Amino acid sequence: MLDGLLSFFSFIGSRTISAVWRLGFAARFFGMLILLSGSSFRRINLTLREIYFSGVMSLIIILVSGLFVGMVLGLQGYDTLARYGSEEALGVLVALSLVRELGPVVAGLLFASRAGSAITAEIGLMKATEQLDAMDMMAVNPIARVVAPRFWGGVISMPLLAALFSAMGVLGGYLVGVVMIGTDSGSFWGQMQASVDFQRDILNGVIKSMVFGIAVSWVAVFEGYDSDATAEGVSRATTRTVVTSSLAILGLDFILTSLMFRG
Amino acid sequence: MRRTTIDIWVGIFVVIGVLALLFLSLRVGNLGSSKLQSPYVLQARFDNIGGLKVRAPIKSAGVVVGRIDSIALDSQNYQALVTMKMDDRYRFPKDTFATINTSGLLGEQYIGLEPGGDPENIEPGGVIKKTQSAVVLEKLISQFMFSAAEKGNAGDK
Repeated sequence: MLDGLLSFFSFIGSRTISAVWRLGFAARFFGMLILLSGSSFRRINLTLREIYFSGVMSLIIILVSGLFVGMVLGLQGYDTLARYGSEEALGVLVALSLVRELGPVVAGLLFASRAGSAITAEIGLMKATEQLDAMDMMAVNPIARVVAPRFWGGVISMPLLAALFSAMGVLGGYLVGVVMIGTDSGSFWGQMQASVDFQRDILNGVIKSMVFGIAVSWVAVFEGYDSDATAEGVSRATTRTVVTSSLAILGLDFILTSLMFRG
Repeated sequence: MRRTTIDIWVGIFVVIGVLALLFLSLRVGNLGSSKLQSPYVLQARFDNIGGLKVRAPIKSAGVVVGRIDSIALDSQNYQALVTMKMDDRYRFPKDTFATINTSGLLGEQYIGLEPGGDPENIEPGGVIKKTQSAVVLEKLISQFMFSAAEKGNAGDK
């Protein structure tokens, strides 16, 4: 009885301590990353290569899913708005839901699973094959040489991908709403422009996507750097990247939305 | 992968990303169009503004001529003091009539200006004297119900 109780408490204690330790390690890692990221701008080619791998290679999935999300919004929005006789507000519905929420969030989730997992797997495999240790031996700091360019590549790519997602979504909504169903093109764009505010809606959406970019890239490089140096450890780290960064995106989205759009 | 190929693709990526941002700001958002040109300020007092909100449009003959800048309660006479930013191209006569209208049955509320015949225009910073409050639907319904009930009573006798 007493043994069971003790092992219960020690289980909770060890989990708490390891969770806090990991959080502290992640924070110190982030600090190191920022301190050592000068070289990723001095040797810009390293960062450009990472923008290519995490940004350009994600273009297809971002553009196609943006288009389809916009088209679905157009269909569903039309169906609902037609009940209230306000089909001309379709442009507003599509644009606001994309620019404020769906653009940054869905692009962030796609980015986490497309690029974040790849970053983690790459860094984790480098660690498992002792490439990071080899760099350390050659007096090359692996955080400055490997981690920081991948982090900044993700941070730079993410807002651009979110903007592309929203733009494609608006075009998709236009295709379905105006070209396919036949609502008026003038009121589609006109009402959209009248009610989408640059500062309140678009700028806040860009800020959201920047925050998500930082969160996803940070989680991805940290999980890769912290992974166990085995094949199993790399696979578990990759899974953890997708789960943690997706949850981080959704949680941060709630916090940011309540700060930005309250009242 | 050769370096120049990476450079070209990253360049294309950044350029279309920035173009998407521009598209969102100018075509979807209001950065391009609805900035008022050197606006001037008008004020109006209403007994009841209903659901009027800041940034709601001010229309004359259906054309947007300004936007509402702020709404406050005048603690002297307990009226709503609405400050409007008007497009400098449009001036209105002194006896302009300001009403609070609703676009459509459930649409947003806006201020409609009906120009009068006075030869002199309101100066910038001036006050529109003739106003009409928002129509509050509940009041309208209760008035209708009471008058219907009175009519019913009169018919009985």
